[in-house]
Amino acid sequence: MTWITKPKLHHPTLTKNKVGYTRRDYEGRISTLCAGCGHDSISAAIIQACWELDIQPHRVAKLSGIGCSSKTPDYFLGASHGFNTVHGRMPSVLTGANLANRDLLYLGVSGDGDSASIGLGQFANAMRRGVRMAYIVENNGVYGLTKGQFSATADRGSKSKKGVVNSDSPVDLVGLALQLGATYVARSFSGDKEQLVPLIKGAMEHGGAAFIDVISPCVTFNNHAGSTKSYDYVREHNDAVSRIDFITSRDEITTSYAPGELVEVPQHDGTTLRLRKLHQEYDPTDRLAAMTYMHKQQARGEIVTGLLYVDPLATDLHTALNTSEHALNSFNAAQLCPGSKALEKINAALR
Amino acid sequence: MKRIEAVNDFVIKFANVNGSGSASANELFAKAIMRMGVPVAPRNIFPSNIQGLPTWYEARVCEKGYSGRRGGVDMMVAMNPQTWDGDVAEIEAGGYLFYDSTRPMPASKFRSDVHVIGVPLTEITNATYTDPRQRQLFKNIIYVGALSVLLDVDAAVFEKLFAEQYKGKERLLDSNVKALHLGRDYVKTHLGGAIGIRVEKRDNVGEQILIDGNTAVGLGMVYGGATVAAWYPITPSTSVAEAFQKYCDKFRVDPASGRQNYAIVQAEDELASIGMVVGAGWNGARAFTATSGPGVSLMTEFIGLAYFAEIPVTIVDVQRGGPSTGMPTRTQQSDLFAAAYASHGDTKHVLLFPQDPHECFVHAAAALDLADRLQTPVFVMTDLDIGMNQRLCKPFAWDDSKQYDRGKVMTAEELEAGKDFGRYKDVDGDGIPWRTLPGTHPTKGSYFTRGTTRDPYARYSERGPDYIYNMERLRRKFKTAGTLVPQPEVKHATQKTKFGVIYFGSTTPAMHEALEVLEEGGIHLDAMRLCAFPFPDSVPEFIAAHDKVFVVEQNCDAQMRSMLINELEINPAQLVKVIHYDGTPITARFITRAIRDILQPAQAAQQKEAA
Repeated sequence: MTWITKPKLHHPTLTKNKVGYTRRDYEGRISTLCAGCGHDSISAAIIQACWELDIQPHRVAKLSGIGCSSKTPDYFLGASHGFNTVHGRMPSVLTGANLANRDLLYLGVSGDGDSASIGLGQFANAMRRGVRMAYIVENNGVYGLTKGQFSATADRGSKSKKGVVNSDSPVDLVGLALQLGATYVARSFSGDKEQLVPLIKGAMEHGGAAFIDVISPCVTFNNHAGSTKSYDYVREHNDAVSRIDFITSRDEITTSYAPGELVEVPQHDGTTLRLRKLHQEYDPTDRLAAMTYMHKQQARGEIVTGLLYVDPLATDLHTALNTSEHALNSFNAAQLCPGSKALEKINAALR
Repeated sequence: MKRIEAVNDFVIKFANVNGSGSASANELFAKAIMRMGVPVAPRNIFPSNIQGLPTWYEARVCEKGYSGRRGGVDMMVAMNPQTWDGDVAEIEAGGYLFYDSTRPMPASKFRSDVHVIGVPLTEITNATYTDPRQRQLFKNIIYVGALSVLLDVDAAVFEKLFAEQYKGKERLLDSNVKALHLGRDYVKTHLGGAIGIRVEKRDNVGEQILIDGNTAVGLGMVYGGATVAAWYPITPSTSVAEAFQKYCDKFRVDPASGRQNYAIVQAEDELASIGMVVGAGWNGARAFTATSGPGVSLMTEFIGLAYFAEIPVTIVDVQRGGPSTGMPTRTQQSDLFAAAYASHGDTKHVLLFPQDPHECFVHAAAALDLADRLQTPVFVMTDLDIGMNQRLCKPFAWDDSKQYDRGKVMTAEELEAGKDFGRYKDVDGDGIPWRTLPGTHPTKGSYFTRGTTRDPYARYSERGPDYIYNMERLRRKFKTAGTLVPQPEVKHATQKTKFGVIYFGSTTPAMHEALEVLEEGGIHLDAMRLCAFPFPDSVPEFIAAHDKVFVVEQNCDAQMRSMLINELEINPAQLVKVIHYDGTPITARFITRAIRDILQPAQAAQQKEAA
């Protein structure tokens, strides 16, 4: 971590986005993670994505669990409310927050230790319910704060820094998200900002449960030879199925692509996801095909990245519950309380 | 043979098979007595089972209005062969045994000191109905009809109840009335009418309503403005969420859009249900969960987070018999420690103790206000006895001018005007800090909520002075809570006394009855009903004003007594425990005997000898 405090004053020439904020307005406190930590790159990608999307920072609620990854919401979007909850339980807190006020954007940040073991049940059920959120797992296969134990996403055969070989099968969060009904599923790599930023933008604007598994190497405990979550290993085995651009309704589409190379997915809110396919045969709107392809490649030791699946007609928990279009936290007594006359009737029926 | 003779003062118990449709017939019976103007207190004694196991329904008819369980049975309606022997044994000498006499029973199955009333219920039903389900359901109505003649209850009362229940369903109405009269006619023709215990018309019910506590809690949450409920099914709390759903469907659907001004989620477990409530509370919605002891155990980590991060949370704990899975369908007041001190570290929580369904409604709404005002978890501590049994109580009331107390929430305007915002700073001296809701202001008032220690401006800190500032403020806040919670109620004895008694929650009706009985026997006690924890100053004052104070409660470890000793530094010798914990609701007879044995040991010994 660095101890150099960034000056608060912004350079006057910094570019402002359409809502009048510079990129620096999306920053948070100074990170306390190790220098070179993949998580800091993800924080930077979140900052970039929110700035590019013209989101007002205070309209985002950022929630996390416990661990290195879960500390990061303090390091971006300083003007947003954040909630560092308890271990593995971010999904339920985010669900409740989302039910209370559907007008905010919900960003859930978690780690592999947080989501794949203690929090696996909550992860699964939030996906099942279709809670509208961007759920990012910063996946390094290791417990950092407690100094290097394997996590539940560590691959079988992967070697720890102390030389122990992991004998357990890994939890595949992307596979689970696909199977459990998430409507936007992606995997990326913290070292590939060009791929990651548009994926986060797509997730932030998605109308349902969006999940991104970001392989994020732990430079201190899991970046050695024999690890399958190191910078070198991921770079060598990265099989990207697509590159996406995220186009808001205001943007002009300028670049042209060869036919068949491009898929445009219109979103519920008028924005467009534009996918540049790197594999001709890959169809990102086919859930079953996505699962099959991913499992095939996984068996070969390849890490499939990119937008793996998207349902452009995604709905969310509010749709299922038919809740008011107004935020539930905005109602007052006059709107919520049936009043004394109704109570008289209830009394009469109980005599 | 002795014959119990009683007008409007007896206990009748129905022994049934779970799932046989007896519950609604028994409820009809209780309601009819209430319509006669005579107070009735029914109780379900049921197994953790869906179909087939024994279940009982015990109704205490008492014109004085005592609604605690009395103990003893004057009349047994023995409809379950599985439990016959035990049921017959339970009848008081000179009491009555009502049974289905279709099949002959050997003489050895009866008692010589009990009056036997046989009605061939199966024979009558089989002669009248062909459909097996109809046979089963109408057999229940037939025995209610037979009892109505034996106990001298007007047929018209039942007919009116049927007419209300089956309004617009004439066929059902007619068939029920017919079944009722089948039973009535048999008794009139073959048995010759009323027995020694009878119901006579009175006007002792008044405006009171008959309702169970869980339904009342659900309604209280609607009136109190809860918009988010997350829950996980667990006996005996499940019907709280179901009642909330029912009343929301009725009152909270926007007529124009058809959309719901509420959200109810059945979570995957108690951890998720409390997590959702914490998230909703953090984000400014009034939210609650309902559970029982095992659920509180699971929620404990989150309760600690909500305590330390200072988030409004309302938890309804419908207590059952513990520890562990314990007695899931029996009642206790044994979650006091688990709730009051839930979670690791130094934590304390606000508890409310409703005495009946009326107060379940009041306390549910009050808990939502208190949680917002104090920014902390608030427990509504009911139990199975209040929660799942209908009870006659004061009608519900609501003041339409009442606004919800949302507590100290700083607005965008206040932030814009430059008001200093320190999320964990005590600016008013009451220990309660100001909070902001997510999304309030573009540049001011945001903070990072966490369970870790922090300085008054919510910045992460493990510095000793910051920690102590925060803990002392939380202590101050808890002190403030004592002034805001429902205050204890004191009933003075008719003459000056050095003895007192403290009680709370579902013990109340039995305690009030016991006080009258003790008073008649020359034992005078000043009585204090606790309505909440933390204890207001009036509690230590009450204890100090007496030499000995009995603490009556329904758990084995005398948890309330320990809390009084612990929180108020009371000399343990001054507090005498009276504990009842076999899973049945405490009775006036039990309390009377326990207190008498201590205060009049000589007399008690004499009585024992005489007996």
